[in-house]
Amino acid sequence: MAEKYLLLGDEALALGALHAGISGVYAYPGTPSTEITEFIQRHPLARARGIHSDWCTNEKTAMEAALGVSFAGKRSLVCMKHVGMNVCADAFVNSAVTGANGGLVIAACDDPSQHSSQNEQDSRFYASFAMMPCFEPSSQQEAYDMVREAFDYSEANHIPVLMRLTTRMAHSRAVVQPWEGIREENPMHFPAPGREKFWVTLPGISRARVKELAEEQDKFRKDSEVSEDNSFCDAPDHSLGIVTCGIAYNYLMENYPEGCPHPLLKVTRYPFPSGLLEKMARTCKTVLVIEEGQPLVEERLRGLLYDDEKGNGFIKVKGRLDGTLPRTGELNPDLVREALGIPGGPVHAKSDVTVPRPPALCQGCGHRDFYTALNAVLAKYDGAKVFGDIGCYTLGYMPPFHAIHSCVEMGASLTMAIGAANSGVWPSVGVIGDSTFTHSGMTGLLDAVNSNADITLCISDNLTTGMTGGQDSAGTGKLEKICEAIGVDPCHIRTVIPLPKNYPDMERVIEEEINYHGVSVVICRRECIQTAKRHAAQNKQTKK
Amino acid sequence: MKKDIILSGVGGQGILSIATVIGSAALEQGLHLKQAEVHGMSQRGGDVQSNLRLSTGTIFSDLIPMGGCDMIVSLEPMEALRYLPWLSKDGWVVTGTTPLVNIPDYPPMEKIMEALGRVPNLVTVDCEAIARQTGSPRSANMVLLGACAGVMGILGPEKLRDGIRNVFARKGEAVVEANIAAFDAGLEESKKTTE
Repeated sequence: MAEKYLLLGDEALALGALHAGISGVYAYPGTPSTEITEFIQRHPLARARGIHSDWCTNEKTAMEAALGVSFAGKRSLVCMKHVGMNVCADAFVNSAVTGANGGLVIAACDDPSQHSSQNEQDSRFYASFAMMPCFEPSSQQEAYDMVREAFDYSEANHIPVLMRLTTRMAHSRAVVQPWEGIREENPMHFPAPGREKFWVTLPGISRARVKELAEEQDKFRKDSEVSEDNSFCDAPDHSLGIVTCGIAYNYLMENYPEGCPHPLLKVTRYPFPSGLLEKMARTCKTVLVIEEGQPLVEERLRGLLYDDEKGNGFIKVKGRLDGTLPRTGELNPDLVREALGIPGGPVHAKSDVTVPRPPALCQGCGHRDFYTALNAVLAKYDGAKVFGDIGCYTLGYMPPFHAIHSCVEMGASLTMAIGAANSGVWPSVGVIGDSTFTHSGMTGLLDAVNSNADITLCISDNLTTGMTGGQDSAGTGKLEKICEAIGVDPCHIRTVIPLPKNYPDMERVIEEEINYHGVSVVICRRECIQTAKRHAAQNKQTKK
Repeated sequence: MKKDIILSGVGGQGILSIATVIGSAALEQGLHLKQAEVHGMSQRGGDVQSNLRLSTGTIFSDLIPMGGCDMIVSLEPMEALRYLPWLSKDGWVVTGTTPLVNIPDYPPMEKIMEALGRVPNLVTVDCEAIARQTGSPRSANMVLLGACAGVMGILGPEKLRDGIRNVFARKGEAVVEANIAAFDAGLEESKKTTE
């Protein structure tokens, strides 16, 4: 038997994809998905096979490149955090219309409870919306096994497949047993006659394809019902039927170590296997839906017309919508225990000594020096507003800086600054990191240039994608040239080094550019303190 | 047999290295294991924890239920207290005593020690001082691992030493030996409390 490994859910998925013969992984870093791509980047098989694994500029470019791999007949994996699905949504939804040639799997890692995210959107909605099958493993072993199944299914049915993980699966380790056989990569081959036209989504063509896709939903559902990924298990106590989705199964079984006493439908694959519900629906008058994320299945089972308050004559559906489980946030064994009406054991009281310890910018971080200088300058102006962005520097909202007034999504800093400036806000300042700027800021800067918006854009360039642990940043070494090429006046592209000794210089430059009525860019460039430490340690190691 | 452990500390302190060593030893012994980690934003100097579950049987949940944790292992004294509601009635708290003060309202140490004193089974170790004494100041986390080895149960000290050897092997024999020395010093220190 092959050697067992202790793997994160992310890593199990990555290894499964490698063993399923992918020719490329395309991704932008984002918690909790980053470790999928990093695992592939480090893996000897990926190096030996020359598998593409460089970071992409954003999730949209990643999705599109992977679709190109699929067109060429090879297998590719796309990885992102849940909100990255919004960035690539156009490509994602239309990839169901083109269909897949080589297997195409999109791994979306959702973050219920928002450990490291601005919302807790549930990617299963995207699969349903795009009429794509979706796999949602309940264990690390399943994450490993299912990804090959997903690739096979994708190729056999000419359809991309979404794999959904959540934080607690993505970032939890367990022992994984790999298969003996490692699949070869696909040879290059183009879409079969009859299917090649679907890659051109002219309305006259794609109308027929969208109809075909809708008709295929029935087949996808039937495949879901007969698949071992979904199982119905009857049990004696019919006072309640239970449906679990993904890792919710684990929290249920934690509370029933001797086995679930109620009829149980375990779902790890969609379309939802509604045929498997029939048996439960015949005998159970109440059904509890336990799902990690938003109440997608619950809402559908409940419907609008068939679940009246008293449940008269109908099946009562319980879950997040009726308060049996919390409406938001990730599940845990205790929340599920309470939902099952099982009393808890004795616990120690919460300590009244402990105080919160929120995350903060590292000591010695360049963002700190940048905010110190920016705050000193803006104190001279009434009504200055600072539009922030996504990254470590969002922590500039926290004390002692209180330096930003907004943070919405990747790239919104400078475009919101444009709109605010158009509305009379002055000074209107955008703050963005280097990686976020190339991800989604460049097009906004072109808008600013074309309308000669009165904004100052500060790019806090730490030469890496810092928040996710220091991945390569697409714009490193290119920022001045990018801004100039987009059309910013070179006299108003200024670069400073954020260090305490440079405060007077930094403040002078920022103030000059704020006072310039047009588009100006101030680049504050100093390497991330974390990657700098790592590089120093690596250099020391090499010298030895 | 099962052992549910919460590892806690502050982002950057190195609790995941402790988890990696225990994980390596558990894999070697053929134990079932689940280990939920914290990555991302919280690692920036915020409170971090890892739920580490070891068992001879199947483990379902990646998270430990409240009142089910057999041992809280903390590199930082206030962080040890944060997870008390998860500790079982007869569970152990093994904690380093050096506070990491990176917030303005860090409570007075005597209050923290008083609260820790109310925990029925407590081992306190000055991990940093012991690590310095053994000549490897960066191995405070291995001192802490040593300090909990005596009450770990499911994996004995020798298995944990094997884990250290596996995990640090690629960094060379000197690093392995320094970490084992730190581990042994922590184990020795803990015996003052547990024996």
